[in-house]
Amino acid sequence: MISADNIIFKDLHGFDGSSIENCEKRGDWDNTKSLLEKGSDWIINEVKASELRGRGGAGFPTGLKWSFMPKIKNKPHYIVINADESEPGTCKDREIMRNEPHKLIEGTLLAGFAMQANHGFIYIRGEFVEEAKVLDNAIAEAYKKGYLGKNACNSGFAFDITLHRGAGAYICGEETALLESLEGKKGQPRLKPPFPANAGLYGCPTTVSNVETVAVVPTILRRGASWFSSIGNKNNTGTKLFCISGHVKYPCVVEEEMGVSLKELIESHAGGVIGGWDNLLAIIPGGSSTPLIPASICETVNMDFDSLKSEGTGLGTAGVIVMDKSTDIVKAIWRLSKFYKHESCGQCTPCREGTGWVMRSMEKLIHGNADIKDIDALKNVCDQIEGHTICALGDAAAWPVQALIKHFRPEIEKRINNYKNLNLIAAE
Amino acid sequence: MSVRRPAPENLQPLKFVFTKENIKVINEILLKYPEDRKVSALLPLLDLAQRQHHNWLPKAAMSEIAIILGLPMIKVLEVATFYTMYNLHPVGKNLLQVCTTTPCWLRGSDDIVSVCKSKLGIDFGETTSDNKFTLLEVECLGACSNAPMVQINDDYYEDLDKEAIEKIIEDLKNGKQPKIGPQSHRKGSEPKNIKVVA
Repeated sequence: MISADNIIFKDLHGFDGSSIENCEKRGDWDNTKSLLEKGSDWIINEVKASELRGRGGAGFPTGLKWSFMPKIKNKPHYIVINADESEPGTCKDREIMRNEPHKLIEGTLLAGFAMQANHGFIYIRGEFVEEAKVLDNAIAEAYKKGYLGKNACNSGFAFDITLHRGAGAYICGEETALLESLEGKKGQPRLKPPFPANAGLYGCPTTVSNVETVAVVPTILRRGASWFSSIGNKNNTGTKLFCISGHVKYPCVVEEEMGVSLKELIESHAGGVIGGWDNLLAIIPGGSSTPLIPASICETVNMDFDSLKSEGTGLGTAGVIVMDKSTDIVKAIWRLSKFYKHESCGQCTPCREGTGWVMRSMEKLIHGNADIKDIDALKNVCDQIEGHTICALGDAAAWPVQALIKHFRPEIEKRINNYKNLNLIAAE
Repeated sequence: MSVRRPAPENLQPLKFVFTKENIKVINEILLKYPEDRKVSALLPLLDLAQRQHHNWLPKAAMSEIAIILGLPMIKVLEVATFYTMYNLHPVGKNLLQVCTTTPCWLRGSDDIVSVCKSKLGIDFGETTSDNKFTLLEVECLGACSNAPMVQINDDYYEDLDKEAIEKIIEDLKNGKQPKIGPQSHRKGSEPKNIKVVA
């Protein structure tokens, strides 16, 4: 269990207030100039040494990603913050933006400085109207105090932040789709390479980082990389925000140590599974895109990138969706298939056509109105979507269904057989 | 993908002009983007037009924006039909969007949907005859630890149950502003036994 001293987001739930004065009392903007004076290489090396991995889902080492930006600058560089939080089960960046906005703004300045970017964009999902207002206000406060602008924090470094609202497209959380959207186009992902670090926003070197990733950087730089890397396990360090939803007594967003056990996370923060731990059916551990794990695995697994990967799933965005034994598991996953069908951008055929196909097949399986061989056909379609599209939305649509078949095939077969038997009885 | 088309011609106004105040806002928005990259302002401008035009986006507004940004109309149409927050058809005064994605569904969004449908007497995609309410089913709105939830115009109403959503609709019917945010006793997404560390 996390010790109070290690908590980064001290006002995650907004009891204290998000004004710059309150945030300063919590340590934000405390002599930021001295961090900038240590230089961009120092910042990137500290972030590397902290072993911070991206909090947006993929878990790529942040310091390494930032070091991909060209060292010689012959075009503008950009830092873009991915605040398009839309992954079902995920609601952590929202808390940072509405309650700890200055951690994000200060982090954006530090990240921008480290990558020689004089302009940062925060791309926030359009539905977060209230959160955008808080951020807008916080950015204005930072300008007023001289923390942003032509001479940010009196360092001689010029830095501007622009808040940009999206308009309701899950796909814009994919970094290249986000850049397209920021350029005023449909949010359809780009082919990679070239990667954004070479040709990103407006064709210029760009790094896209998640809200939580950037917001923890100021604290890492102040308290030292070794402090951060001492929490959690090797390659899975630091603290992490977890969003717990579904069948728990008290759904919530909490900060915990990376590598906390899933059972402890749910029992000590969310009041446990409704009806007790034995009533647990399955958990989706990292947002809708990550494969579900049955109760037997939930019992022992730890919440970090590598532990979850070794169980065939992932930490993703750490959106923990809990399902108890009352859940119609096929319907729960069908609803995700419906989500991906709705959110496919339509660019790649396997995803555009496949997500609809998967949703319709899943719909039949809810009632068992199918043949046993249809399960294999469905798996086959999922396998053909996975890895055959420009971006990972196709993979994300396939994984939940593949995991359902892997762990709950007997349940699906039971429904098909029941449906057949009922129809036989009706025919007689 | 979701297929979206502009409203039929008989509903389209012939003309759309931005108000004087909004022209000022547009100039402020344009300042945020680099000199030769003003097309980036397309999404914010569409949002502004929708807010000025009873929360829906007519084709006349799209062509007005196309002229301001120096874009072909088709580029604006492409974007407006791609993003689901642009309402391409007239909507009621209160746009009630119910999230039914898995985390909300697990917490009883089916109940919320049935209360909305029966209290308003309409189905998804429909508007009440008095033009006060439009009901939509939407995908995850990113408030999963406060599920189930609905968004009404700009505001989130969270931690719902049948009684809470009934009361919200009743208030709106009577022209009263319901409490925004969680309808339970909590402030946001905090755990039950919050330990304040600050």
